[in-house]
Amino acid sequence: MKFIDEYRDPEAAAGFARALRRITTRPWTLMEVCGGQTHAIVKFGVDELLPPEVELVHGPGCPVCVTPLELIEKAIEIASLPGVIFCSFGDMLRVPGRTVDLLTVKARGGDVRIVYSPLDAVAIAREHPEREVVFFAVGFETTAPANAMAVFQAAQLGLKNFSLLVSHVLVPPAMSAILSSPDSRVQGFLAAGHVCSVMGFTEYEPLAARYRVPIVVTGFEPLDILHGVYLCVKQLEEGRAEVENQYTRAVRRDGNVPAQLLMREVFQVVPRKWRGVGEIAESGLGLAAPYAAFDAELRFGVAGHTADEPTECCSGQIMQGLMKPHECPAFGRRCTPEHPLGATMVSSEGACAAYYRYRRFKLPKDEGKVVANGN
Amino acid sequence: MLRSGRVDFAGVVKRVNLSYVPDAVVGNFVLVHVGFAISTVDEDEARQVFSYLEEMGELAELEEGEPS
Repeated sequence: MKFIDEYRDPEAAAGFARALRRITTRPWTLMEVCGGQTHAIVKFGVDELLPPEVELVHGPGCPVCVTPLELIEKAIEIASLPGVIFCSFGDMLRVPGRTVDLLTVKARGGDVRIVYSPLDAVAIAREHPEREVVFFAVGFETTAPANAMAVFQAAQLGLKNFSLLVSHVLVPPAMSAILSSPDSRVQGFLAAGHVCSVMGFTEYEPLAARYRVPIVVTGFEPLDILHGVYLCVKQLEEGRAEVENQYTRAVRRDGNVPAQLLMREVFQVVPRKWRGVGEIAESGLGLAAPYAAFDAELRFGVAGHTADEPTECCSGQIMQGLMKPHECPAFGRRCTPEHPLGATMVSSEGACAAYYRYRRFKLPKDEGKVVANGN
Repeated sequence: MLRSGRVDFAGVVKRVNLSYVPDAVVGNFVLVHVGFAISTVDEDEARQVFSYLEEMGELAELEEGEPS
Protein backbone atom coordinates (compact mmCIF):
# COMPACT_ATOMS: atom_id res chain seq x y z
CA MET A 1 0.00 0.00 0.00
CA LYS A 2 1.31 3.44 -0.91
CA PHE A 3 2.88 5.41 1.96
CA ILE A 4 3.38 2.15 3.88
CA ASP A 5 5.39 -0.37 1.85
CA GLU A 6 8.18 2.02 0.91
CA TYR A 7 8.70 2.88 4.60
CA ARG A 8 9.52 -0.77 5.26
CA ASP A 9 12.36 -0.99 2.74
CA PRO A 10 15.20 -3.06 4.24
CA GLU A 11 17.98 -1.32 2.27
CA ALA A 12 16.84 2.12 3.37
CA ALA A 13 16.58 0.83 6.95
CA ALA A 14 20.15 -0.45 6.72
CA GLY A 15 21.16 3.00 5.44
CA PHE A 16 19.74 4.67 8.54
CA ALA A 17 21.35 2.04 10.77
CA ARG A 18 24.78 2.76 9.21
CA ALA A 19 24.32 6.51 9.50
CA LEU A 20 23.28 6.13 13.13
CA ARG A 21 26.33 4.04 13.94
CA ARG A 22 28.55 6.75 12.45
CA ILE A 23 27.20 9.52 14.69
CA THR A 24 26.75 7.61 17.97
CA THR A 25 29.63 8.04 20.42
CA ARG A 26 27.94 7.54 23.79
CA PRO A 27 25.05 5.62 25.38
CA TRP A 28 21.64 7.23 24.95
CA THR A 29 18.22 6.22 26.23
CA LEU A 30 15.24 7.30 24.16
CA MET A 31 11.56 6.74 24.82
CA GLU A 32 9.01 6.18 22.08
CA VAL A 33 5.82 7.60 23.49
CA CYS A 34 3.18 5.74 21.50
CA GLY A 35 2.21 2.09 21.86
CA GLY A 36 1.77 1.87 18.07
CA GLN A 37 5.45 2.75 17.73
CA THR A 38 6.38 0.16 20.38
CA HIS A 39 4.60 -2.51 18.36
CA ALA A 40 6.33 -1.47 15.13
CA ILE A 41 9.73 -1.48 16.88
CA VAL A 42 9.27 -4.95 18.32
CA LYS A 43 7.49 -6.40 15.28
CA PHE A 44 10.06 -5.23 12.72
CA GLY A 45 13.05 -5.57 15.06
CA VAL A 46 13.94 -1.89 14.70
CA ASP A 47 15.71 -1.95 18.07
CA GLU A 48 18.00 -4.70 16.78
CA LEU A 49 19.24 -2.40 14.01
CA LEU A 50 20.36 0.28 16.47
CA PRO A 51 23.92 0.65 17.72
CA PRO A 52 24.37 -1.04 21.13
CA GLU A 53 24.68 2.39 22.76
CA VAL A 54 21.14 3.42 21.81
CA GLU A 55 18.36 1.97 23.94
CA LEU A 56 14.64 2.43 23.34
CA VAL A 57 12.33 2.32 26.35
CA HIS A 58 8.61 2.09 25.91
CA GLY A 59 6.30 4.90 26.89
CA PRO A 60 2.78 5.34 28.26
CA GLY A 61 1.05 5.92 24.89
CA CYS A 62 -1.42 3.07 25.00
CA PRO A 63 -4.85 4.43 25.94
CA VAL A 64 -6.23 1.06 26.95
CA CYS A 65 -3.20 0.46 29.18
CA VAL A 66 -3.41 3.70 31.14
CA THR A 67 -7.17 3.57 31.80
CA PRO A 68 -7.38 3.21 35.60
CA LEU A 69 -9.02 0.21 37.21
CA GLU A 70 -11.78 2.35 38.68
CA LEU A 71 -12.96 3.33 35.20
CA ILE A 72 -13.00 -0.31 34.11
CA GLU A 73 -15.08 -1.02 37.23
CA LYS A 74 -17.45 1.84 36.37
CA ALA A 75 -17.75 0.48 32.83
CA ILE A 76 -18.55 -2.98 34.15
CA GLU A 77 -21.14 -1.56 36.56
CA ILE A 78 -22.89 0.49 33.86
CA ALA A 79 -22.70 -2.28 31.24
CA SER A 80 -24.35 -4.69 33.70
CA LEU A 81 -27.43 -2.48 34.11
CA PRO A 82 -30.61 -3.66 32.38
CA GLY A 83 -31.61 -1.47 29.44
CA VAL A 84 -28.07 -0.26 28.74
CA ILE A 85 -26.26 -0.82 25.45
CA PHE A 86 -22.58 -0.40 26.29
CA CYS A 87 -20.40 0.41 23.27
CA SER A 88 -16.63 0.22 23.27
CA PHE A 89 -13.56 -0.29 21.12
CA GLY A 90 -12.74 -4.01 21.17
CA ASP A 91 -9.50 -3.80 23.18
CA MET A 92 -11.27 -2.56 26.30
CA LEU A 93 -13.41 -5.69 26.63
CA ARG A 94 -10.59 -7.91 27.83
CA VAL A 95 -8.97 -5.51 30.28
CA PRO A 96 -9.29 -7.16 33.67
CA GLY A 97 -11.39 -5.41 36.29
CA ARG A 98 -11.28 -6.43 39.93
CA THR A 99 -13.08 -9.71 39.31
CA VAL A 100 -14.42 -9.76 35.75
CA ASP A 101 -13.97 -7.94 32.44
CA LEU A 102 -16.50 -6.44 30.02
CA LEU A 103 -16.44 -9.61 27.93
CA THR A 104 -17.70 -11.52 30.98
CA VAL A 105 -20.51 -8.97 31.36
CA LYS A 106 -21.43 -9.68 27.72
CA ALA A 107 -21.25 -13.45 28.28
CA ARG A 108 -23.64 -13.06 31.22
CA GLY A 109 -26.18 -11.35 28.99
CA GLY A 110 -25.12 -7.70 29.14
CA ASP A 111 -25.57 -5.81 25.87
CA VAL A 112 -21.93 -4.92 25.25
CA ARG A 113 -21.11 -4.02 21.66
CA ILE A 114 -17.80 -3.48 19.90
CA VAL A 115 -17.88 -0.44 17.65
CA TYR A 116 -15.35 0.87 15.15
CA SER A 117 -16.15 4.55 15.62
CA PRO A 118 -17.95 6.60 18.29
CA LEU A 119 -20.37 7.62 15.52
CA ASP A 120 -21.52 3.98 15.39
CA ALA A 121 -22.63 4.40 19.02
CA VAL A 122 -24.54 7.56 18.10
CA ALA A 123 -26.28 5.61 15.32
CA ILE A 124 -27.22 2.85 17.80
CA ALA A 125 -28.66 5.50 20.14
CA ARG A 126 -30.81 6.85 17.30
CA GLU A 127 -32.05 3.34 16.46
CA HIS A 128 -32.89 2.53 20.09
CA PRO A 129 -34.51 5.58 21.70
CA GLU A 130 -35.91 3.32 24.42
CA ARG A 131 -32.44 2.17 25.55
CA GLU A 132 -29.56 4.01 27.23
CA VAL A 133 -26.51 3.92 24.95
CA VAL A 134 -23.13 4.51 26.58
CA PHE A 135 -19.84 4.85 24.73
CA PHE A 136 -16.57 4.13 26.54
CA ALA A 137 -14.49 7.12 25.41
CA VAL A 138 -10.87 6.17 25.97
CA GLY A 139 -7.95 7.56 24.08
CA PHE A 140 -5.36 10.25 23.62
CA GLU A 141 -5.61 13.46 21.60
CA THR A 142 -5.88 11.36 18.41
CA THR A 143 -9.27 9.97 19.43
CA ALA A 144 -10.64 13.02 21.24
CA PRO A 145 -11.86 14.85 18.08
CA ALA A 146 -13.89 11.79 17.04
CA ASN A 147 -15.45 11.49 20.49
CA ALA A 148 -16.07 15.24 20.61
CA MET A 149 -17.91 14.96 17.29
CA ALA A 150 -20.05 12.10 18.64
CA VAL A 151 -21.17 14.25 21.59
CA PHE A 152 -21.64 17.30 19.39
CA GLN A 153 -23.82 15.32 16.95
CA ALA A 154 -25.82 13.76 19.79
CA ALA A 155 -26.48 17.27 21.12
CA GLN A 156 -27.49 18.53 17.67
CA LEU A 157 -29.82 15.57 17.24
CA GLY A 158 -31.27 16.13 20.73
CA LEU A 159 -30.47 12.56 21.78
CA LYS A 160 -31.39 12.06 25.44
CA ASN A 161 -30.30 8.40 25.62
CA PHE A 162 -26.64 8.82 24.67
CA SER A 163 -23.74 9.35 27.07
CA LEU A 164 -19.98 8.98 27.30
CA LEU A 165 -17.90 7.28 29.97
CA VAL A 166 -14.85 9.49 29.51
CA SER A 167 -11.29 8.38 30.18
CA HIS A 168 -9.40 10.73 27.91
CA VAL A 169 -5.72 11.35 28.53
CA LEU A 170 -3.18 13.87 27.23
CA VAL A 171 0.40 13.15 26.21
CA PRO A 172 2.46 16.21 27.28
CA PRO A 173 1.56 16.03 31.01
CA ALA A 174 2.55 12.34 31.02
CA MET A 175 5.91 13.15 29.40
CA SER A 176 6.40 15.87 31.98
CA ALA A 177 5.59 13.43 34.81
CA ILE A 178 8.10 10.90 33.43
CA LEU A 179 10.84 13.52 33.15
CA SER A 180 10.14 14.86 36.66
CA SER A 181 10.66 11.43 38.21
CA PRO A 182 14.05 11.12 39.92
CA ASP A 183 14.31 7.60 38.45
CA SER A 184 13.84 8.75 34.88
CA ARG A 185 16.44 7.50 32.39
CA VAL A 186 14.84 9.17 29.36
CA GLN A 187 17.21 11.52 27.49
CA GLY A 188 15.14 12.05 24.36
CA PHE A 189 11.64 11.37 23.07
CA LEU A 190 10.09 10.12 19.89
CA ALA A 191 6.76 11.93 20.18
CA ALA A 192 3.59 10.26 18.94
CA GLY A 193 3.00 11.25 15.31
CA HIS A 194 -0.75 10.75 15.22
CA VAL A 195 -1.32 12.72 18.41
CA CYS A 196 0.67 15.54 16.81
CA SER A 197 -1.30 15.34 13.55
CA VAL A 198 -4.22 16.57 15.68
CA MET A 199 -2.42 18.81 18.19
CA GLY A 200 0.60 20.00 16.26
CA PHE A 201 3.82 20.21 18.25
CA THR A 202 4.14 23.68 19.74
CA GLU A 203 3.04 22.38 23.16
CA TYR A 204 6.21 20.25 23.29
CA GLU A 205 8.54 23.21 22.95
CA PRO A 206 8.33 24.27 26.64
CA LEU A 207 9.00 20.63 27.65
CA ALA A 208 12.10 20.37 25.47
CA ALA A 209 13.40 23.64 26.90
CA ARG A 210 12.58 22.97 30.57
CA TYR A 211 13.97 19.43 30.72
CA ARG A 212 16.67 19.87 28.07
CA VAL A 213 15.45 16.89 26.04
CA PRO A 214 15.17 16.58 22.27
CA ILE A 215 11.63 15.69 21.16
CA VAL A 216 11.22 14.33 17.63
CA VAL A 217 7.71 13.96 16.26
CA THR A 218 7.89 10.52 14.67
CA GLY A 219 5.76 8.30 12.44
CA PHE A 220 4.95 4.62 12.78
CA GLU A 221 6.71 2.73 10.03
CA PRO A 222 10.20 1.25 10.54
CA LEU A 223 11.91 3.94 8.44
CA ASP A 224 10.05 6.70 10.29
CA ILE A 225 11.23 5.31 13.61
CA LEU A 226 14.84 4.90 12.42
CA HIS A 227 14.78 8.43 11.03
CA GLY A 228 13.29 9.72 14.32
CA VAL A 229 15.97 7.92 16.34
CA TYR A 230 18.65 9.34 14.05
CA LEU A 231 17.42 12.92 14.45
CA CYS A 232 17.10 12.49 18.22
CA VAL A 233 20.58 10.98 18.66
CA LYS A 234 22.04 13.67 16.38
CA GLN A 235 20.57 16.35 18.67
CA LEU A 236 21.92 14.59 21.78
CA GLU A 237 25.39 14.19 20.27
CA GLU A 238 25.40 17.88 19.31
CA GLY A 239 24.08 19.01 22.71
CA ARG A 240 20.79 20.35 21.30
CA ALA A 241 17.32 19.93 22.82
CA GLU A 242 14.75 20.98 20.24
CA VAL A 243 11.38 19.91 18.93
CA GLU A 244 11.81 18.46 15.46
CA ASN A 245 9.29 16.97 13.04
CA GLN A 246 10.17 13.71 11.29
CA TYR A 247 6.56 12.92 10.30
CA THR A 248 6.13 15.88 7.98
CA ARG A 249 3.87 14.02 5.57
CA ALA A 250 1.09 13.93 8.19
CA VAL A 251 1.97 16.50 10.87
CA ARG A 252 1.87 20.26 10.55
CA ARG A 253 3.21 22.61 13.22
CA ASP A 254 -0.25 23.80 14.31
CA GLY A 255 -1.93 20.43 13.89
CA ASN A 256 -5.54 20.05 12.84
CA VAL A 257 -7.22 23.28 13.85
CA PRO A 258 -10.87 22.31 13.17
CA ALA A 259 -10.37 19.16 15.27
CA GLN A 260 -8.85 21.18 18.13
CA LEU A 261 -11.73 23.64 18.04
CA LEU A 262 -14.38 20.97 18.51
CA MET A 263 -12.29 19.24 21.20
CA ARG A 264 -12.17 22.54 23.13
CA GLU A 265 -15.89 23.06 22.63
CA VAL A 266 -16.90 19.66 24.03
CA PHE A 267 -14.12 18.82 26.49
CA GLN A 268 -12.21 20.56 29.25
CA VAL A 269 -8.84 19.71 30.82
CA VAL A 270 -9.20 17.76 34.09
CA PRO A 271 -6.90 15.82 36.45
CA ARG A 272 -6.78 12.15 35.46
CA LYS A 273 -5.61 8.96 37.15
CA TRP A 274 -3.27 6.82 35.02
CA ARG A 275 -3.23 3.09 35.65
CA GLY A 276 -0.08 2.10 37.45
CA VAL A 277 1.14 5.70 37.65
CA GLY A 278 -1.42 7.58 39.74
CA GLU A 279 -3.10 10.93 39.35
CA ILE A 280 -1.45 13.53 37.11
CA ALA A 281 -2.71 17.13 37.25
CA GLU A 282 -4.32 18.51 34.07
CA SER A 283 -3.57 15.26 32.24
CA GLY A 284 -6.98 14.35 30.89
CA LEU A 285 -10.14 15.55 29.24
CA GLY A 286 -13.62 15.48 30.73
CA LEU A 287 -16.88 16.82 29.32
CA ALA A 288 -17.17 20.61 29.48
CA ALA A 289 -20.03 22.05 31.54
CA PRO A 290 -22.43 22.64 28.59
CA TYR A 291 -22.15 18.93 27.72
CA ALA A 292 -22.39 17.57 31.29
CA ALA A 293 -25.75 15.98 30.43
CA PHE A 294 -23.78 13.48 28.28
CA ASP A 295 -21.58 12.35 31.20
CA ALA A 296 -22.32 8.69 31.95
CA GLU A 297 -20.66 8.94 35.39
CA LEU A 298 -23.22 11.53 36.45
CA ARG A 299 -26.13 9.84 34.68
CA PHE A 300 -25.53 6.48 36.35
CA GLY A 301 -24.25 7.81 39.68
CA VAL A 302 -20.81 6.19 39.59
CA ALA A 303 -18.69 9.36 39.69
CA GLY A 304 -17.25 8.90 43.18
CA HIS A 305 -16.32 5.21 42.90
CA THR A 306 -12.68 4.28 43.39
CA ALA A 307 -10.72 1.02 43.14
CA ASP A 308 -7.20 0.07 44.21
CA GLU A 309 -4.81 -1.16 41.55
CA PRO A 310 -3.68 -4.79 41.76
CA THR A 311 -0.12 -5.08 43.04
CA GLU A 312 1.24 -7.90 40.88
CA CYS A 313 1.06 -6.04 37.56
CA CYS A 314 4.19 -3.99 36.80
CA SER A 315 2.64 -1.96 33.98
CA GLY A 316 3.22 1.32 35.81
CA GLN A 317 6.99 0.84 35.79
CA ILE A 318 6.91 -0.46 32.22
CA MET A 319 4.99 2.57 30.93
CA GLN A 320 7.43 4.95 32.63
CA GLY A 321 10.36 3.26 30.95
CA LEU A 322 11.74 1.91 34.25
CA MET A 323 11.34 -1.72 33.27
CA LYS A 324 10.97 -3.89 30.15
CA PRO A 325 8.02 -6.30 29.84
CA HIS A 326 10.12 -9.50 29.97
CA GLU A 327 11.72 -8.34 33.24
CA CYS A 328 8.35 -8.77 34.98
CA PRO A 329 8.28 -12.08 36.89
CA ALA A 330 4.70 -12.72 35.74
CA PHE A 331 5.41 -12.13 32.03
CA GLY A 332 4.49 -15.15 29.90
CA ARG A 333 3.78 -17.19 33.02
CA ARG A 334 0.93 -15.88 35.13
CA CYS A 335 0.29 -13.08 32.62
CA THR A 336 -0.49 -13.88 28.98
CA PRO A 337 -2.89 -12.35 26.43
CA GLU A 338 -5.34 -15.18 27.25
CA HIS A 339 -5.08 -14.49 31.01
CA PRO A 340 -3.77 -10.94 31.39
CA LEU A 341 -2.94 -9.41 34.76
CA GLY A 342 -2.95 -5.94 33.27
CA ALA A 343 -3.97 -3.97 30.22
CA THR A 344 -0.45 -3.78 28.74
CA MET A 345 -0.81 -7.51 27.96
CA VAL A 346 -4.24 -7.02 26.36
CA SER A 347 -4.08 -4.05 24.06
CA SER A 348 -2.82 -4.13 20.50
CA GLU A 349 -0.73 -1.13 21.59
CA GLY A 350 0.46 -2.58 24.90
CA ALA A 351 4.20 -3.13 25.38
CA CYS A 352 3.74 -6.51 27.10
CA ALA A 353 1.50 -7.77 24.29
CA ALA A 354 4.14 -6.70 21.75
CA TYR A 355 6.90 -8.57 23.59
CA TYR A 356 4.68 -11.62 24.05
CA ARG A 357 3.66 -11.69 20.42
CA TYR A 358 7.01 -11.01 18.79
CA ARG A 359 9.70 -11.80 21.34
CA ARG A 360 8.63 -14.64 23.60
CA PHE A 361 10.64 -17.30 21.81
CA LYS A 362 13.79 -15.31 22.37
CA LEU A 363 13.38 -15.66 26.14
CA PRO A 364 15.74 -17.95 28.09
CA LYS A 365 14.88 -21.61 27.55
CA ASP A 366 13.01 -22.32 30.80
CA GLU A 367 10.67 -19.36 30.26
CA GLY A 368 10.04 -20.43 26.66
CA LYS A 369 8.98 -23.84 27.91
CA VAL A 370 6.45 -22.39 30.33
CA VAL A 371 5.00 -20.30 27.52
CA ALA A 372 4.88 -23.25 25.15
CA ASN A 373 3.03 -25.31 27.79
CA GLY A 374 0.63 -22.44 28.24
CA ASN A 375 -0.33 -22.74 24.59
CA MET B 1 -20.16 18.76 10.17
CA LEU B 2 -21.31 15.55 8.46
CA ARG B 3 -19.03 15.62 5.43
CA SER B 4 -17.97 12.10 4.61
CA GLY B 5 -16.33 10.20 1.80
CA ARG B 6 -15.30 6.73 0.68
CA VAL B 7 -11.73 5.80 1.58
CA ASP B 8 -9.93 2.85 0.00
CA PHE B 9 -7.69 1.00 2.49
CA ALA B 10 -5.72 -1.12 0.00
CA GLY B 11 -8.93 -2.65 -1.33
CA VAL B 12 -11.26 -2.31 1.65
CA VAL B 13 -13.52 0.68 1.10
CA LYS B 14 -15.08 2.37 4.12
CA ARG B 15 -17.11 5.51 4.62
CA VAL B 16 -15.03 7.97 6.64
CA ASN B 17 -15.99 11.27 8.26
CA LEU B 18 -14.14 14.15 6.57
CA SER B 19 -15.23 17.00 8.87
CA TYR B 20 -11.66 17.57 10.05
CA VAL B 21 -10.04 17.62 6.60
CA PRO B 22 -12.13 20.30 4.86
CA ASP B 23 -9.58 20.66 2.05
CA ALA B 24 -9.41 16.96 1.19
CA VAL B 25 -10.51 16.11 -2.35
CA VAL B 26 -11.02 12.90 -4.33
CA GLY B 27 -7.66 11.22 -4.86
CA ASN B 28 -6.01 12.49 -1.66
CA PHE B 29 -4.47 10.12 0.85
CA VAL B 30 -5.76 10.63 4.39
CA LEU B 31 -4.80 9.37 7.82
CA VAL B 32 -7.88 7.71 9.35
CA HIS B 33 -8.50 7.06 13.03
CA VAL B 34 -11.74 5.57 14.44
CA GLY B 35 -13.74 6.54 11.38
CA PHE B 36 -12.37 10.09 11.05
CA ALA B 37 -9.77 11.47 8.67
CA ILE B 38 -7.45 13.47 10.93
CA SER B 39 -4.80 14.53 8.41
CA THR B 40 -4.13 14.65 4.69
CA VAL B 41 -0.89 13.00 3.61
CA ASP B 42 1.41 15.51 1.91
CA GLU B 43 2.85 13.65 -1.07
CA ASP B 44 5.87 15.95 -1.43
CA GLU B 45 6.77 15.67 2.24
CA ALA B 46 6.39 11.89 1.98
CA ARG B 47 9.68 11.77 0.08
CA GLN B 48 11.53 13.54 2.88
CA VAL B 49 12.73 10.36 4.60
CA PHE B 50 14.35 9.26 1.34
CA SER B 51 15.81 12.68 0.55
CA TYR B 52 17.40 12.64 3.98
CA LEU B 53 18.99 9.26 3.29
CA GLU B 54 20.16 10.54 -0.07
CA GLU B 55 21.80 13.56 1.54
CA MET B 56 23.65 11.27 3.92
CA GLY B 57 24.83 9.20 0.93
CA GLU B 58 22.96 6.14 2.16
CA LEU B 59 20.50 5.73 -0.67
CA ALA B 60 23.04 4.58 -3.28
CA GLU B 61 21.85 0.98 -3.29
CA LEU B 62 18.21 1.89 -3.80
CA GLU B 63 16.85 1.90 -7.31
CA GLU B 64 15.96 5.23 -8.81
CA GLY B 65 12.37 6.20 -8.12
CA GLU B 66 11.62 3.28 -5.82
CA PRO B 67 10.12 5.32 -2.98
CA SER B 68 7.22 6.62 -5.05
